[in-house]
Amino acid sequence: MSTWRIARLIAAKDLRIELRSRVVTNQVLPFAALVMVMFAFALDNDNVLTRVAPGLVWLATMFSMLVLVQRSFAVESADGALDALQVAGVRPAGIFLGKSMALAAQLAVLEVVLLLAAIVLYQAEVAWSGAVLLVTTFVAATTGLAFVGTLYGGLAAGAKGRETLLPLLMLPVVAPVLIGATRATEAAFGTNGASSSEGWPWIGLLALFAALFGTGGTLAFGSLIDE
Amino acid sequence: MPDLSPVSIARPTGTRVSRVLGIASLVGIVWLVVFGLFLSPNDATQKAGVRILYIHVPSAWLAYLAFIVTGISSAAYLFKRTRSLTWDRIAGASAEVGVLFMGVTLVSGSLWGRISWGIYWTWDSRLTTTAFLFVTYIGYLAVRGLGGTHQQRARRSAIIALLATLEVPLVHFSVKWWRPLHQQESVAEGKLNGLMLFTLFVGIIAFTLLYVWLVLHRQRVLAMEDALDDQGLDTALAERRAEGAQI
Repeated sequence: MSTWRIARLIAAKDLRIELRSRVVTNQVLPFAALVMVMFAFALDNDNVLTRVAPGLVWLATMFSMLVLVQRSFAVESADGALDALQVAGVRPAGIFLGKSMALAAQLAVLEVVLLLAAIVLYQAEVAWSGAVLLVTTFVAATTGLAFVGTLYGGLAAGAKGRETLLPLLMLPVVAPVLIGATRATEAAFGTNGASSSEGWPWIGLLALFAALFGTGGTLAFGSLIDE
Repeated sequence: MPDLSPVSIARPTGTRVSRVLGIASLVGIVWLVVFGLFLSPNDATQKAGVRILYIHVPSAWLAYLAFIVTGISSAAYLFKRTRSLTWDRIAGASAEVGVLFMGVTLVSGSLWGRISWGIYWTWDSRLTTTAFLFVTYIGYLAVRGLGGTHQQRARRSAIIALLATLEVPLVHFSVKWWRPLHQQESVAEGKLNGLMLFTLFVGIIAFTLLYVWLVLHRQRVLAMEDALDDQGLDTALAERRAEGAQI
Protein backbone atom coordinates (compact mmCIF):
# COMPACT_ATOMS: atom_id res chain seq x y z
CA MET A 1 0.00 0.00 0.00
CA SER A 2 1.40 3.36 -0.89
CA THR A 3 2.19 5.89 1.83
CA TRP A 4 -0.33 8.24 0.30
CA ARG A 5 -3.12 5.66 0.46
CA ILE A 6 -2.25 4.87 4.10
CA ALA A 7 -2.36 8.59 4.88
CA ARG A 8 -5.81 8.95 3.32
CA LEU A 9 -7.14 5.93 5.21
CA ILE A 10 -5.80 7.23 8.52
CA ALA A 11 -7.17 10.72 7.88
CA ALA A 12 -10.57 9.26 6.99
CA LYS A 13 -10.52 7.15 10.14
CA ASP A 14 -9.68 10.14 12.34
CA LEU A 15 -12.34 12.32 10.78
CA ARG A 16 -14.91 9.52 11.06
CA ILE A 17 -14.14 9.20 14.78
CA GLU A 18 -14.59 12.95 15.19
CA LEU A 19 -17.84 12.98 13.21
CA ARG A 20 -19.27 10.23 15.37
CA SER A 21 -17.99 11.35 18.74
CA ARG A 22 -18.73 15.05 18.06
CA VAL A 23 -16.05 16.12 20.52
CA VAL A 24 -14.83 18.86 18.18
CA THR A 25 -18.25 20.33 17.49
CA ASN A 26 -19.59 19.95 21.02
CA GLN A 27 -16.51 20.86 23.04
CA VAL A 28 -13.61 22.34 21.08
CA LEU A 29 -15.58 24.84 19.00
CA PRO A 30 -17.52 26.17 22.01
CA PHE A 31 -14.21 26.45 23.86
CA ALA A 32 -12.72 28.48 21.01
CA ALA A 33 -15.75 30.78 20.90
CA LEU A 34 -15.50 31.16 24.66
CA VAL A 35 -11.86 32.22 24.33
CA MET A 36 -12.91 34.92 21.85
CA VAL A 37 -15.53 36.21 24.31
CA MET A 38 -12.98 36.17 27.14
CA PHE A 39 -10.57 38.24 25.01
CA ALA A 40 -13.34 40.79 24.63
CA PHE A 41 -13.75 40.93 28.42
CA ALA A 42 -10.02 41.38 28.92
CA LEU A 43 -9.59 44.00 26.18
CA ASP A 44 -12.67 46.00 27.01
CA ASN A 45 -12.55 48.47 24.16
CA ASP A 46 -13.99 48.11 20.65
CA ASN A 47 -11.12 49.93 18.97
CA VAL A 48 -8.52 47.72 20.58
CA LEU A 49 -10.44 44.58 19.64
CA THR A 50 -10.74 45.54 15.99
CA ARG A 51 -7.07 46.39 15.87
CA VAL A 52 -5.85 43.15 17.44
CA ALA A 53 -8.54 40.87 15.95
CA PRO A 54 -6.12 39.03 13.57
CA GLY A 55 -3.77 38.20 16.43
CA LEU A 56 -6.60 37.03 18.64
CA VAL A 57 -7.93 34.72 15.91
CA TRP A 58 -4.54 33.00 15.71
CA LEU A 59 -3.99 32.95 19.43
CA ALA A 60 -7.37 31.29 19.95
CA THR A 61 -6.51 28.85 17.14
CA MET A 62 -3.32 27.81 18.90
CA PHE A 63 -4.93 27.34 22.30
CA SER A 64 -7.73 25.29 20.80
CA MET A 65 -5.21 23.35 18.76
CA LEU A 66 -3.61 22.09 21.98
CA VAL A 67 -6.94 20.48 22.81
CA LEU A 68 -7.31 19.07 19.29
CA VAL A 69 -3.83 17.53 19.35
CA GLN A 70 -4.37 15.96 22.77
CA ARG A 71 -7.60 14.52 21.46
CA SER A 72 -6.04 13.30 18.23
CA PHE A 73 -3.50 11.20 20.13
CA ALA A 74 -5.77 10.26 23.02
CA VAL A 75 -7.77 8.13 20.57
CA GLU A 76 -4.53 6.48 19.44
CA SER A 77 -2.97 5.71 22.78
CA ALA A 78 -6.21 4.70 24.56
CA ASP A 79 -6.22 1.08 23.39
CA GLY A 80 -2.64 0.96 22.19
CA ALA A 81 -3.92 1.74 18.70
CA LEU A 82 -0.70 3.45 17.71
CA ASP A 83 1.34 0.39 18.71
CA ALA A 84 -1.11 -1.83 16.87
CA LEU A 85 -0.69 0.25 13.73
CA GLN A 86 3.08 -0.11 13.94
CA VAL A 87 2.93 -3.82 14.66
CA ALA A 88 0.71 -4.14 11.60
CA GLY A 89 3.58 -2.69 9.61
CA VAL A 90 1.92 0.60 8.74
CA ARG A 91 4.58 3.06 7.61
CA PRO A 92 5.08 5.86 10.20
CA ALA A 93 5.30 8.45 7.40
CA GLY A 94 1.78 7.43 6.37
CA ILE A 95 0.52 7.75 9.94
CA PHE A 96 2.15 11.17 10.21
CA LEU A 97 0.70 12.50 6.96
CA GLY A 98 -2.72 11.01 7.65
CA LYS A 99 -3.01 12.42 11.14
CA SER A 100 -1.73 15.78 9.88
CA MET A 101 -4.40 15.84 7.19
CA ALA A 102 -7.14 15.06 9.70
CA LEU A 103 -5.81 17.69 12.09
CA ALA A 104 -5.60 20.25 9.27
CA ALA A 105 -9.24 19.59 8.37
CA GLN A 106 -10.32 20.13 11.98
CA LEU A 107 -8.17 23.25 12.28
CA ALA A 108 -9.73 24.65 9.10
CA VAL A 109 -13.23 24.31 10.58
CA LEU A 110 -12.00 25.90 13.80
CA GLU A 111 -10.39 28.82 11.98
CA VAL A 112 -13.50 29.57 9.93
CA VAL A 113 -15.54 29.70 13.14
CA LEU A 114 -12.97 31.97 14.80
CA LEU A 115 -12.83 34.22 11.76
CA LEU A 116 -16.60 34.58 11.82
CA ALA A 117 -16.43 35.28 15.55
CA ALA A 118 -13.88 38.04 14.90
CA ILE A 119 -16.12 39.59 12.25
CA VAL A 120 -19.23 39.41 14.42
CA LEU A 121 -17.77 40.15 17.85
CA TYR A 122 -14.82 42.42 17.06
CA GLN A 123 -16.17 44.26 13.99
CA ALA A 124 -13.22 43.04 11.93
CA GLU A 125 -13.79 43.79 8.26
CA VAL A 126 -12.60 41.59 5.44
CA ALA A 127 -12.08 43.42 2.18
CA TRP A 128 -12.63 41.45 -1.05
CA SER A 129 -9.24 42.59 -2.29
CA GLY A 130 -7.62 40.72 0.59
CA ALA A 131 -9.59 37.51 0.11
CA VAL A 132 -6.91 35.69 -1.90
CA LEU A 133 -4.26 36.61 0.64
CA LEU A 134 -6.51 35.55 3.49
CA VAL A 135 -7.22 32.12 2.00
CA THR A 136 -3.53 31.56 1.20
CA THR A 137 -2.56 32.56 4.73
CA PHE A 138 -5.05 30.16 6.25
CA VAL A 139 -3.92 27.29 4.02
CA ALA A 140 -0.20 27.87 4.66
CA ALA A 141 -0.54 28.44 8.40
CA THR A 142 -2.92 25.50 8.87
CA THR A 143 -0.56 23.15 7.06
CA GLY A 144 2.36 24.19 9.26
CA LEU A 145 0.33 23.98 12.45
CA ALA A 146 -1.01 20.54 11.56
CA PHE A 147 2.51 19.19 10.94
CA VAL A 148 3.89 20.61 14.18
CA GLY A 149 0.85 19.44 16.15
CA THR A 150 1.13 15.89 14.84
CA LEU A 151 4.89 15.76 15.32
CA TYR A 152 4.88 16.91 18.94
CA GLY A 153 1.58 15.24 19.74
CA GLY A 154 3.08 11.92 18.61
CA LEU A 155 6.13 12.52 20.75
CA ALA A 156 4.08 13.32 23.84
CA ALA A 157 1.56 10.50 23.24
CA GLY A 158 2.01 7.70 25.71
CA ALA A 159 4.33 9.75 27.90
CA LYS A 160 3.31 10.45 31.43
CA GLY A 161 2.47 14.08 32.03
CA ARG A 162 1.77 14.68 28.33
CA GLU A 163 -0.95 17.24 29.06
CA THR A 164 1.63 19.58 30.54
CA LEU A 165 4.48 18.66 28.22
CA LEU A 166 2.66 19.39 24.96
CA PRO A 167 2.09 23.15 25.45
CA LEU A 168 5.68 23.61 26.64
CA LEU A 169 7.04 21.90 23.54
CA MET A 170 4.58 23.16 20.97
CA LEU A 171 3.92 26.81 21.74
CA PRO A 172 7.53 28.02 21.32
CA VAL A 173 7.73 26.12 18.03
CA VAL A 174 4.57 27.65 16.56
CA ALA A 175 5.59 31.20 17.52
CA PRO A 176 6.79 32.02 13.97
CA VAL A 177 3.38 30.91 12.66
CA LEU A 178 1.65 33.19 15.16
CA ILE A 179 3.76 36.15 14.02
CA GLY A 180 3.59 35.37 10.31
CA ALA A 181 -0.10 34.48 10.15
CA THR A 182 -1.07 37.49 12.29
CA ARG A 183 0.85 39.91 10.05
CA ALA A 184 -0.54 38.37 6.87
CA THR A 185 -4.09 38.39 8.22
CA GLU A 186 -3.69 42.03 9.27
CA ALA A 187 -2.66 42.82 5.71
CA ALA A 188 -5.68 40.95 4.36
CA PHE A 189 -8.03 42.71 6.79
CA GLY A 190 -6.39 46.05 6.14
CA THR A 191 -5.94 46.50 9.92
CA ASN A 192 -4.00 49.65 10.86
CA GLY A 193 -3.94 50.70 7.21
CA ALA A 194 -1.86 47.70 6.13
CA SER A 195 -2.08 46.92 2.42
CA SER A 196 -2.49 43.37 1.18
CA SER A 197 0.85 43.44 -0.64
CA GLU A 198 2.58 43.63 2.77
CA GLY A 199 1.19 40.21 3.61
CA TRP A 200 2.83 38.15 0.89
CA PRO A 201 6.38 37.99 2.32
CA TRP A 202 4.89 36.40 5.42
CA ILE A 203 3.33 33.68 3.27
CA GLY A 204 6.90 32.75 2.32
CA LEU A 205 7.78 32.29 5.98
CA LEU A 206 4.64 30.22 6.62
CA ALA A 207 5.34 28.02 3.58
CA LEU A 208 8.96 27.51 4.64
CA PHE A 209 7.79 26.56 8.11
CA ALA A 210 5.27 24.05 6.74
CA ALA A 211 7.86 22.54 4.38
CA LEU A 212 10.43 22.22 7.16
CA PHE A 213 8.16 20.50 9.64
CA GLY A 214 6.43 18.44 6.95
CA THR A 215 9.78 17.01 5.85
CA GLY A 216 11.09 16.66 9.41
CA GLY A 217 7.92 14.94 10.57
CA THR A 218 7.75 12.53 7.65
CA LEU A 219 11.34 11.46 8.29
CA ALA A 220 11.36 11.42 12.08
CA PHE A 221 7.87 10.40 13.13
CA GLY A 222 8.73 6.70 13.25
CA SER A 223 11.53 7.27 15.74
CA LEU A 224 9.43 9.58 17.87
CA ILE A 225 6.44 7.27 18.39
CA ASP A 226 8.55 4.14 18.76
CA GLU A 227 7.96 2.85 22.28
CA MET B 1 31.07 2.31 27.01
CA PRO B 2 33.64 2.30 29.83
CA ASP B 3 33.72 -0.48 32.37
CA LEU B 4 31.15 0.39 35.01
CA SER B 5 31.19 -2.43 37.51
CA PRO B 6 29.89 -1.59 41.02
CA VAL B 7 33.41 -0.68 42.10
CA SER B 8 33.83 1.88 39.35
CA ILE B 9 30.41 3.41 40.08
CA ALA B 10 31.76 4.43 43.45
CA ARG B 11 34.59 6.25 41.66
CA PRO B 12 34.44 10.06 41.58
CA THR B 13 33.74 11.80 38.30
CA GLY B 14 37.03 13.68 38.34
CA THR B 15 40.15 12.70 36.45
CA ARG B 16 43.51 14.43 36.36
CA VAL B 17 42.49 16.41 33.27
CA SER B 18 39.23 17.59 34.78
CA ARG B 19 40.95 18.52 38.03
CA VAL B 20 43.42 20.69 36.14
CA LEU B 21 40.49 22.19 34.21
CA GLY B 22 38.59 22.85 37.41
CA ILE B 23 41.54 24.63 39.00
CA ALA B 24 42.11 26.61 35.80
CA SER B 25 38.47 27.78 35.67
CA LEU B 26 38.57 28.69 39.36
CA VAL B 27 41.72 30.76 38.77
CA GLY B 28 40.03 32.33 35.75
CA ILE B 29 36.97 33.30 37.76
CA VAL B 30 39.06 34.81 40.57
CA TRP B 31 40.98 36.71 37.90
CA LEU B 32 37.69 37.88 36.38
CA VAL B 33 36.43 39.06 39.78
CA VAL B 34 39.65 41.00 40.42
CA PHE B 35 39.64 42.63 36.99
CA GLY B 36 35.87 43.03 36.63
CA LEU B 37 35.15 44.46 40.06
CA PHE B 38 38.37 46.29 40.99
CA LEU B 39 40.87 46.93 38.22
CA SER B 40 38.66 47.83 35.25
CA PRO B 41 37.53 51.48 35.11
CA ASN B 42 33.97 52.80 35.37
CA ASP B 43 32.17 53.66 32.16
CA ALA B 44 31.68 57.36 31.41
CA THR B 45 27.87 57.14 31.24
CA GLN B 46 26.95 53.90 32.98
CA LYS B 47 29.42 54.19 35.85
CA ALA B 48 29.84 50.81 37.59
CA GLY B 49 26.81 49.40 35.74
CA VAL B 50 29.06 48.50 32.86
CA ARG B 51 30.58 45.73 34.98
CA ILE B 52 27.53 43.54 34.27
CA LEU B 53 29.06 43.21 30.81
CA TYR B 54 31.73 40.88 32.18
CA ILE B 55 29.08 38.36 33.25
CA HIS B 56 26.49 39.00 30.58
CA VAL B 57 28.56 38.59 27.43
CA PRO B 58 30.51 35.49 28.56
CA SER B 59 27.35 33.71 29.75
CA ALA B 60 25.54 34.53 26.49
CA TRP B 61 28.50 33.22 24.51
CA LEU B 62 28.59 30.11 26.64
CA ALA B 63 24.86 29.45 26.29
CA TYR B 64 25.06 29.66 22.51
CA LEU B 65 28.18 27.49 22.51
CA ALA B 66 26.36 24.94 24.66
CA PHE B 67 23.42 24.76 22.26
CA ILE B 68 25.72 24.41 19.26
CA VAL B 69 27.46 21.53 21.04
CA THR B 70 24.06 19.97 21.79
CA GLY B 71 23.10 20.26 18.13
CA ILE B 72 26.35 18.74 16.87
CA SER B 73 26.31 15.89 19.41
CA SER B 74 22.71 15.13 18.55
CA ALA B 75 23.56 14.95 14.85
CA ALA B 76 26.52 12.74 15.72
CA TYR B 77 24.19 10.40 17.59
CA LEU B 78 21.73 10.18 14.71
CA PHE B 79 24.51 9.58 12.20
CA LYS B 80 24.87 5.79 12.12
CA ARG B 81 28.65 5.57 11.96
CA THR B 82 29.17 7.70 15.04
CA ARG B 83 26.17 6.45 17.02
CA SER B 84 27.09 6.22 20.68
CA LEU B 85 25.28 7.03 23.90
CA THR B 86 28.24 9.19 24.86
CA TRP B 87 27.11 11.72 22.24
CA ASP B 88 23.65 11.69 23.73
CA ARG B 89 25.01 12.33 27.21
CA ILE B 90 27.23 15.15 25.97
CA ALA B 91 24.18 16.69 24.28
CA GLY B 92 22.16 16.41 27.49
CA ALA B 93 24.90 17.72 29.76
CA SER B 94 25.61 20.61 27.41
CA ALA B 95 21.93 21.55 27.19
CA GLU B 96 21.64 21.59 30.99
CA VAL B 97 24.62 23.90 31.32
CA GLY B 98 23.30 25.96 28.41
CA VAL B 99 19.88 26.46 30.02
CA LEU B 100 21.57 27.52 33.27
CA PHE B 101 23.74 30.11 31.56
CA MET B 102 20.94 31.30 29.30
CA GLY B 103 19.04 32.04 32.51
CA VAL B 104 22.05 33.99 33.78
CA THR B 105 22.18 35.84 30.44
CA LEU B 106 18.51 36.82 30.57
CA VAL B 107 18.62 37.95 34.20
CA SER B 108 21.89 39.87 33.88
CA GLY B 109 20.73 41.32 30.56
CA SER B 110 17.45 42.65 31.91
CA LEU B 111 19.19 44.14 34.96
CA TRP B 112 21.68 45.78 32.67
CA GLY B 113 18.88 46.95 30.39
CA ARG B 114 17.22 48.57 33.37
CA ILE B 115 20.44 50.46 34.11
CA SER B 116 21.35 51.50 30.58
CA TRP B 117 17.97 51.73 28.76
CA GLY B 118 15.71 52.27 31.75
CA ILE B 119 13.64 49.15 30.94
CA TYR B 120 13.99 45.49 31.82
CA TRP B 121 12.91 44.13 28.49
CA THR B 122 12.54 45.24 24.91
CA TRP B 123 11.09 43.18 22.04
CA ASP B 124 14.30 43.23 20.11
CA SER B 125 14.97 40.27 17.83
CA ARG B 126 18.09 39.17 19.66
CA LEU B 127 16.43 39.27 23.07
CA THR B 128 13.30 37.55 21.87
CA THR B 129 15.23 34.80 20.08
CA THR B 130 17.28 34.22 23.23
CA ALA B 131 14.15 33.94 25.35
CA PHE B 132 12.67 31.45 22.89
CA LEU B 133 15.85 29.43 22.89
CA PHE B 134 15.65 29.28 26.68
CA VAL B 135 12.10 27.92 26.66
CA THR B 136 12.81 25.55 23.76
CA TYR B 137 15.71 23.93 25.58
CA ILE B 138 13.72 23.65 28.80
CA GLY B 139 11.32 21.65 26.61
CA TYR B 140 14.26 19.61 25.30
CA LEU B 141 15.29 18.73 28.86
CA ALA B 142 11.69 17.72 29.58
CA VAL B 143 11.79 15.39 26.55
CA ARG B 144 14.98 13.83 27.91
CA GLY B 145 13.09 13.01 31.09
CA LEU B 146 10.27 11.17 29.31
CA GLY B 147 11.60 7.72 30.18
CA GLY B 148 12.03 4.61 28.09
CA THR B 149 15.31 2.92 27.26
CA HIS B 150 18.52 4.90 26.90
CA GLN B 151 18.37 4.43 23.14
CA GLN B 152 14.80 5.71 22.94
CA ARG B 153 15.70 8.73 25.03
CA ALA B 154 18.76 9.40 22.88
CA ARG B 155 16.94 9.16 19.55
CA ARG B 156 13.94 11.14 20.65
CA SER B 157 15.92 13.95 22.22
CA ALA B 158 18.39 14.08 19.32
CA ILE B 159 15.51 14.65 16.89
CA ILE B 160 14.02 17.34 19.12
CA ALA B 161 17.42 19.03 19.42
CA LEU B 162 17.84 19.09 15.64
CA LEU B 163 14.33 20.47 15.16
CA ALA B 164 15.12 23.14 17.76
CA THR B 165 18.29 24.03 15.87
CA LEU B 166 16.29 24.45 12.65
CA GLU B 167 13.72 26.45 14.54
CA VAL B 168 16.15 29.08 15.83
CA PRO B 169 16.71 30.90 12.49
CA LEU B 170 12.96 30.83 11.79
CA VAL B 171 12.17 32.45 15.12
CA HIS B 172 15.01 34.91 14.67
CA PHE B 173 13.92 36.10 11.24
CA SER B 174 10.23 36.21 12.02
CA VAL B 175 10.89 38.36 15.09
CA LYS B 176 13.29 40.51 13.10
CA TRP B 177 10.67 41.21 10.43
CA TRP B 178 8.03 41.66 13.07
CA ARG B 179 9.92 44.38 14.91
CA PRO B 180 12.60 45.86 12.70
CA LEU B 181 14.25 47.75 15.56
CA HIS B 182 17.93 48.29 15.83
CA GLN B 183 19.32 47.28 19.11
CA GLN B 184 20.77 50.35 20.72
CA GLU B 185 24.04 48.88 21.77
CA SER B 186 25.02 50.96 24.71
CA VAL B 187 28.51 49.57 24.72
CA ALA B 188 29.75 49.67 21.16
CA GLU B 189 33.01 47.91 20.39
CA GLY B 190 34.90 51.16 19.99
CA LYS B 191 33.82 52.58 23.31
CA LEU B 192 35.45 49.84 25.34
CA ASN B 193 38.93 50.76 26.44
CA GLY B 194 41.80 48.29 26.47
CA LEU B 195 41.41 47.17 30.06
CA MET B 196 37.67 46.62 29.66
CA LEU B 197 38.20 44.56 26.55
CA PHE B 198 40.86 42.53 28.32
CA THR B 199 38.53 41.89 31.26
CA LEU B 200 35.83 40.73 28.87
CA PHE B 201 38.37 38.43 27.27
CA VAL B 202 39.28 36.98 30.66
CA GLY B 203 35.59 36.43 31.33
CA ILE B 204 35.07 34.53 28.09
CA ILE B 205 38.10 32.30 28.74
CA ALA B 206 37.09 31.63 32.35
CA PHE B 207 33.49 30.81 31.43
CA THR B 208 34.55 28.54 28.57
CA LEU B 209 36.84 26.57 30.91
CA LEU B 210 34.02 26.36 33.42
CA TYR B 211 31.70 25.08 30.70
CA VAL B 212 34.07 22.31 29.64
CA TRP B 213 34.59 21.32 33.26
CA LEU B 214 30.86 21.26 34.05
CA VAL B 215 29.98 19.29 30.91
CA LEU B 216 32.74 16.74 31.56
CA HIS B 217 31.49 16.05 35.05
CA ARG B 218 27.82 16.13 34.20
CA GLN B 219 28.33 13.79 31.29
CA ARG B 220 30.11 11.32 33.56
CA VAL B 221 27.34 11.54 36.14
CA LEU B 222 24.81 10.83 33.38
CA ALA B 223 26.87 7.82 32.29
CA MET B 224 26.83 6.52 35.85
CA GLU B 225 23.08 7.04 36.14
CA ASP B 226 22.58 5.04 32.95
CA ALA B 227 24.89 2.32 34.22
CA LEU B 228 23.02 2.23 37.51
CA ASP B 229 19.74 1.84 35.64
CA ASP B 230 21.13 -1.03 33.59
CA GLN B 231 22.60 -2.66 36.65
CA GLY B 232 19.34 -2.35 38.55
CA LEU B 233 17.55 -4.05 35.69
CA ASP B 234 20.12 -6.85 35.52
CA THR B 235 19.90 -7.39 39.28
CA ALA B 236 16.12 -7.51 39.18
CA LEU B 237 16.21 -9.99 36.30
CA ALA B 238 18.72 -12.18 38.10
CA GLU B 239 16.59 -12.15 41.26
CA ARG B 240 13.47 -13.17 39.35
CA ARG B 241 15.41 -15.94 37.65
CA ALA B 242 16.72 -17.14 41.00
CA GLU B 243 13.17 -17.22 42.35
CA GLY B 244 12.13 -19.29 39.36
CA ALA B 245 14.98 -21.71 39.90
CA GLN B 246 13.95 -22.35 43.53
CA ILE B 247 10.50 -23.51 42.52
